[in-house]
Amino acid sequence: MKFTVSILLTALLSFALCIFLEWWSIAIAAFIVAAAIHQVPWKAFLSGFLSLFLLWVILSWIISSANNDILAQKVSIIILKKESPGLLILVTGIIGGLVGGFGALTGCFARKL
Amino acid sequence: MRFLFLAGTALVTIGLIFIFDSRQVLPAPLGKLLSPQHGIWQNAEPANISFNDELRLPGLKGKTDVYFDEQLVPHVFAEDEQDAYYVQGYLHAKFRLWQMEFQTHAAAGRLSEILGEGPGGRILDYDRNMRRLGMTYAAEKSVAEVEKSPASKAQYESYADGVNAYIDQLTESQLPIEYKLLGYYPEKWTTLKTALFLKYMSYDLAGGESDLEFTNARNNFSKADFEKLFYYLADSLKPIAPNTPESPYPAVAAMDLAPPANADSAYFGFRRDSLSISHVNTHKPNPENGSNNWAVAGSKTKSGRPILCNDPHLGLNLPSLWYEMQITTPNFSAYGATFPGSPNVIIGFNQNISFGFTNAGRDVKDYYEIEFQDDSKAAYLYNGKWLPSDKRVEVIKIKGKPDLLDTVTYTIFGPVMYDENYRASEKDVRNLAVRWKAHDASNDGLAFYGLNHAKNYPEYLEAIKNLTCPGQNCIFASRSGDIAIWQQGQFPAKWRRQGDFIMPGKDSSYRWKGMIPQAENPHLVNPSRGYVSSANQLSVDGSYPYYTGDVFPVYRGYIVNRYLDTAKHLGPEDMMRMQTDNYNVKAEFARDILERVNSAQLDEISNKYYSIYKQWDNRYDVGAEGAIVFTLWWAALEKATWGDEFGKVGLPLPNPGEYVLVESLHRDSAYSFIDNINTPEKETLEDLLVSSLKEASDSLEKLSASGLLPWEKVKDTHIRHLLKVIDPFSRLHLPIGGGKGVINATEADHGPSWRMIVHMTDDIEAYGVYPGGQSGNPGSAYYDNFVDDWVAGKYHKLWLMKKEENTDPRIKWTMHFSKS
Repeated sequence: MKFTVSILLTALLSFALCIFLEWWSIAIAAFIVAAAIHQVPWKAFLSGFLSLFLLWVILSWIISSANNDILAQKVSIIILKKESPGLLILVTGIIGGLVGGFGALTGCFARKL
Repeated sequence: MRFLFLAGTALVTIGLIFIFDSRQVLPAPLGKLLSPQHGIWQNAEPANISFNDELRLPGLKGKTDVYFDEQLVPHVFAEDEQDAYYVQGYLHAKFRLWQMEFQTHAAAGRLSEILGEGPGGRILDYDRNMRRLGMTYAAEKSVAEVEKSPASKAQYESYADGVNAYIDQLTESQLPIEYKLLGYYPEKWTTLKTALFLKYMSYDLAGGESDLEFTNARNNFSKADFEKLFYYLADSLKPIAPNTPESPYPAVAAMDLAPPANADSAYFGFRRDSLSISHVNTHKPNPENGSNNWAVAGSKTKSGRPILCNDPHLGLNLPSLWYEMQITTPNFSAYGATFPGSPNVIIGFNQNISFGFTNAGRDVKDYYEIEFQDDSKAAYLYNGKWLPSDKRVEVIKIKGKPDLLDTVTYTIFGPVMYDENYRASEKDVRNLAVRWKAHDASNDGLAFYGLNHAKNYPEYLEAIKNLTCPGQNCIFASRSGDIAIWQQGQFPAKWRRQGDFIMPGKDSSYRWKGMIPQAENPHLVNPSRGYVSSANQLSVDGSYPYYTGDVFPVYRGYIVNRYLDTAKHLGPEDMMRMQTDNYNVKAEFARDILERVNSAQLDEISNKYYSIYKQWDNRYDVGAEGAIVFTLWWAALEKATWGDEFGKVGLPLPNPGEYVLVESLHRDSAYSFIDNINTPEKETLEDLLVSSLKEASDSLEKLSASGLLPWEKVKDTHIRHLLKVIDPFSRLHLPIGGGKGVINATEADHGPSWRMIVHMTDDIEAYGVYPGGQSGNPGSAYYDNFVDDWVAGKYHKLWLMKKEENTDPRIKWTMHFSKS
């Protein structure tokens, strides 16, 4: 239950902060949620990772579908050297997930302190 | 222990953020770029996007309504004329901001600032070239001139306000994708930026010359050989304005055009061992920058009304140089191609007239050799006295490197472009000042402003008089039945070959003697032949009393006139066929020469290609294999003819004109350059035809093995994104015919950048297309949606909308602008 709530809250807070702040405010969101909701470290990391992974994958997938993947086809060639909108969405999710996961892990240890 | 965990994970988090936010570790800030709420995903425009909007902006005076049709072309209806330019600026910024700024950075020599110095320092060298040419100096002078005219000042400021209104509300997530990829931000728009953009057009269209190469040629060839190689009055020349009783040239020049007394020794020193130019500028405007335009009178059309056609040939890029729109105010209603970066419609029409341009190509950029008093360059010799010079320090910012300071010395002629810091020659220091017409203060934008408002021939003529540089062949047709063409600009009155070579800078008698009076510019108004036309050829024949320069193409002009001479009962569809025509008249003229080849002397492979050539119909069509055989064979023949003499000189030399070899061989098949001076035998034309076809066949075999014989494959037309290196933002391998010297002048990366046909009926029946799309965003479906139609030679109907048509089903979206 805590796990699911953490994922949802982190995603919500990340989305809200990113309306006003830089992209890396996702780490702040994950930190705050993990500091507020106690979980063991690996669960905190996983909820931060999954939260941002899912948020970024779902957002970019929705945007790209509405765009008929026009941009993702082009940008995936620039960044990944191969035309694959799906892979670009996956990379997007992993980057969000990593920053979110480590942000949450930091929050988890901060709470213990 | 816990503290260590905390510190460790905090460090990892911060480290990840650093890696994904900067360019220090990865080549791109992937977190910033891929964040769905900030980065590139925000540039992925929904396919069903709505452009409807209500905008309240500061600085507007009244209401402006913008109706977008299904091509995303805006039809702007403003209550107030200044508001119209404000909204034009806003729309240009909304759809083309990155390109507008990039082009002005290119004009100002500021590309290193955003791109770095480039491979081998090439971008930095480009910037230095623009700085030393005085591009910003020229733009500053034109801003000062614009500010003298209250109407122009208000127009340019309204335009800048509109651009800035868009920039002011732009959030980071809405930045054009190029800013995100390169990591920089747009600056505020200014009148100077508009002036820089217009100066860039001067650079592109009136900044080309080969004076340094011609100086080498003069130094190394005899006078007779020089005139044989570089004659400029082609036999097949059809001048834009022929000298006829109904439209005679001025009998004599308006001023004394005798060359200086010492010209024979100090200037026309052929074949003498003097200083040579070994470094030739590689940053030159494309010599193929040119265009076609023609207008036919009612006597040649089905409807009895004139038809005007124009297709400017420029570098093909995405986002396109052009943005299509309509501007309507209580004073006028104009439609056509606009330049993002400048107010007004540039090539287009209104309810009464249509107008278009081709480049005049007159030489308005000359070099003078400067003698400085000492190394400080504080004074230079002029008419026996030491005159003080001015200095301008150019600060060139370079991404990732310290600034470069480049001091440019200014003389009475203009900036000293080449000196010991920017060399024209390896061995010797040559101080070469450049006298360029684009440095003179002018307000050329008034020409377009006037044309947008003009209702008839006298108003057209009044408008174009404001055009000083780049000189243009301004074509005109009116609903009331008039057609006209003027080669307009301020052109220096030159004696024969003045400025073709570097001139002495210490003697005032070599300066331009003045400008040709405007009324004596070449022109043709309602000629009895029923049409006017231009295609960058020499505008006049040898009986014009002024010298007009040395490098001009002839064949597009020839074929345009050949078609129009006999054409009758024309309609817009005939004009479309003509604008996309691929017939190569040079190939027609060259055929009897090439078919002199003795096929018995050809080897098997050469014979194979010779039979392909023989079956070819002289057309640069898609699928034609004879086109590349002709092109390579002719190039090899030119090389075999001239390569030995040119190679002996061993310096950069100009290329003889496209007509020189064909005409020289027709005049004399024992043309003196045929003999290869490196062999003891005396070669004949027949020998060269065999050897050059053999050489071409070697290349053709390689092309054939890669399936590249069809003309469109080997030509490989592409439209690159302006940054040149981003292939996915470009359109490559386009299956389109055409090429150099044919009306459809589509080359590899250059060609008809806007095709327009305007039939001057009561409602104006117009057609147009350009190789791009209305949006500059590579993530938009409107980025390149015109390209396929352009490739196929299709046109879009251009709708000069009337205010009362605002419920027409062609309107897809509406934007309402009002003051906040």
